Amino acid sequence: MQLVKTIAVSAALAATAGLANAGETLDAVNGKGFVQCGVSQGLPGFSNPDDQGNWTGLDVDFCRAVAAAVFNDADAVKFTPLSAKVRFTALTSGEIDVLSRNTTWTMSRDSDFGEFVGVNYYDGQGFMVPKSLGVSSAMELDGAAVCTNTGTTTELNVADFFRANNLDYTVVAFEKADEVVSAYDAGRCDVYTTDRSGLAAQRTKLSEPDDHVVLPEIISKEPLGPLVRHGDNQWGDIARWTLNCMINAEEMGVTSANVVEMASSDNPGIKRLLGTEGDLGGKIGLDNEFCANVVASVGNYGESYDRNVGPETPLKLDRGVNALWSQGGILYAAPQR
Amino acid sequence: MAMDNTTSYSGLVNQGNLPDKPAPINTEGLGPWVRDNLFNGAFNSVLTISSFLLVLYTLPSALNWLIFNAVWSGGSDACRVNPDGACWTFVGSRWEQFLYGFYEKSERWRINILLAILAVGIIWLAWEKAPAKKLMAFFMLVIFPVFSFFMMYGSETLGLPIVETPQWGGFTLTLVIALSGIVASLPLGIVLALGRRSNMRVISLLSTIFIEFWRGIPLVAVLFMATIMFPLFLPAGVTFDQLLRAVIGVALFASAYMAEVVRGGLQAIPKGQYEGAMALGLPFWKMMRLIILPQALKIVIPGIVNTFIGLFKDTTLVLIIALFDLLGIVQASIADPNWSIKSVPYTGYAFVAIVFWICCYSMARYSRYIEDKLHTGHKR
Repeated sequence: MQLVKTIAVSAALAATAGLANAGETLDAVNGKGFVQCGVSQGLPGFSNPDDQGNWTGLDVDFCRAVAAAVFNDADAVKFTPLSAKVRFTALTSGEIDVLSRNTTWTMSRDSDFGEFVGVNYYDGQGFMVPKSLGVSSAMELDGAAVCTNTGTTTELNVADFFRANNLDYTVVAFEKADEVVSAYDAGRCDVYTTDRSGLAAQRTKLSEPDDHVVLPEIISKEPLGPLVRHGDNQWGDIARWTLNCMINAEEMGVTSANVVEMASSDNPGIKRLLGTEGDLGGKIGLDNEFCANVVASVGNYGESYDRNVGPETPLKLDRGVNALWSQGGILYAAPQR
Repeated sequence: MAMDNTTSYSGLVNQGNLPDKPAPINTEGLGPWVRDNLFNGAFNSVLTISSFLLVLYTLPSALNWLIFNAVWSGGSDACRVNPDGACWTFVGSRWEQFLYGFYEKSERWRINILLAILAVGIIWLAWEKAPAKKLMAFFMLVIFPVFSFFMMYGSETLGLPIVETPQWGGFTLTLVIALSGIVASLPLGIVLALGRRSNMRVISLLSTIFIEFWRGIPLVAVLFMATIMFPLFLPAGVTFDQLLRAVIGVALFASAYMAEVVRGGLQAIPKGQYEGAMALGLPFWKMMRLIILPQALKIVIPGIVNTFIGLFKDTTLVLIIALFDLLGIVQASIADPNWSIKSVPYTGYAFVAIVFWICCYSMARYSRYIEDKLHTGHKR
């Protein structure tokens, strides 16, 4: 297995080395007329098909934003659903242009597979318990039976957490999320652990969702972000500044509803953002108004968040750390100037 | 000498009525049927009672969940209120996706036409008295696949907009993979089986290597190789259609199994049949076509259909390489947060199970029918 992995990685690197030339991806994308974007096979709120068969979600919105930045048309994007195993191969082999698939930014992935362009959701592993257990902190979970998925980092994180805090525990692991939920719902374990966005999504599947609480502890860092192939810095910049544009637009109060009026604003920061002043878009091979186009068709980060995972959606995720830095969160995009 | 008839024959001649015997055991009616079939002996009685209890234990709650307590109308809210029954409105609101996948909405009539032709073709071929069956078989096996490809993929010259394969999905994709696997694997399997039994060393060796190679690796590994490793061996920028890779993998895999099934049939034909055919002066292919294969294939119909059914179900494995067959599209739909309800995943999987069961059982029934029709005394 190790050998296969080594071969796969070195072949992937060889493929990357062959592909990477600045500007090549943008030329190819312009040539075919759409952005090919890798998404998940179905993760609630991040990428999933809706009743009409359209892909929706936070990750999907980023893909649409890149399309809007390049073509001024958020629909000029095609989605490739990818399993966790094939996602990086699809990127390195050139099958997709952007991978926006709830991928945790880690050092090894950044060096092996591609270039992360930022974080579009700060996730972290959490715990959910029934209210009847009377527990208010994960520190009180001594002796608990913990439901989780097999073979993921969640299992390792739980082991680390309980060992570091000298707590006893038993793992009850299942292959699929649906199995974990039904086991937890049937009372086969006291605690359900996975990423907090996942907890929110699965909670709605419990018989009595209101009888369960998510504990305050977050035991791992899972910064989820989109990535592009190594080597093509211009394409990396396009993806990075598309994401920054959405966050900066929220910070400056530019929304899809008011973007047209805002373009005539006197605020120099907004002028630069929307391309009525300066030539920031031109520097990365796009229109100067690329950010205005993104916000007009996809919305700013806050709009995308509220639409897909926010308190008004079934997921009911508060902004939490994903709020802007100016509002108590850690979302902090570099300025566009 | 006086003949004393009465005394000497008195032992043989009946003097009165025989005593009544008990009535013979009744073999007609429900009671005797139950006795003969369900309670003939202690062991079978125990089996009957325990099976009956098992059914009694599971069936009412299953029917309750599937039918009586299920949600048949309304939206997702109706299912959220009633978590203890199947949520058929979920299937109802998504059946188009389950059938067509992400296929362009305005182009779905193309799939409808193909499905209609397919249905007519299958009924035509299955119906005993239908005319021009050979012509129809040729059409369905040779012309229809090519026609289907152009209909589904599109063609500029025909004026049909291109619909790329990543947009294919749902039950249509399941059919595409399964039918191309079935249509390709039977002839390929026959050729491989003949090759393996060939007297020509090289051909026999190559066939054996091919069969043992494909039989020796799991289908999941074949699909992974086709998806992950294969693109890395190609020059950068060259992509090879993902669906085509999967279909070829599935077809080669199935043909190896088919080859061994057919070889089993060939082994069962007595040597005299070969010798008789050769004595008539028939060349190899004629001997095979007229004498050997009709007999051999008839023997292995159950095995062939078994392989077909296995292949049909194996198509769900393309899920792991992110092709959305019926199971894949149902799983993706379950992830919709608006349908994030307890009963939805169970309903989705139950729906997939029902669809697959109907398809596989139809194949099984048809194979039984063919067996009955072709039986020439080998049948017990």
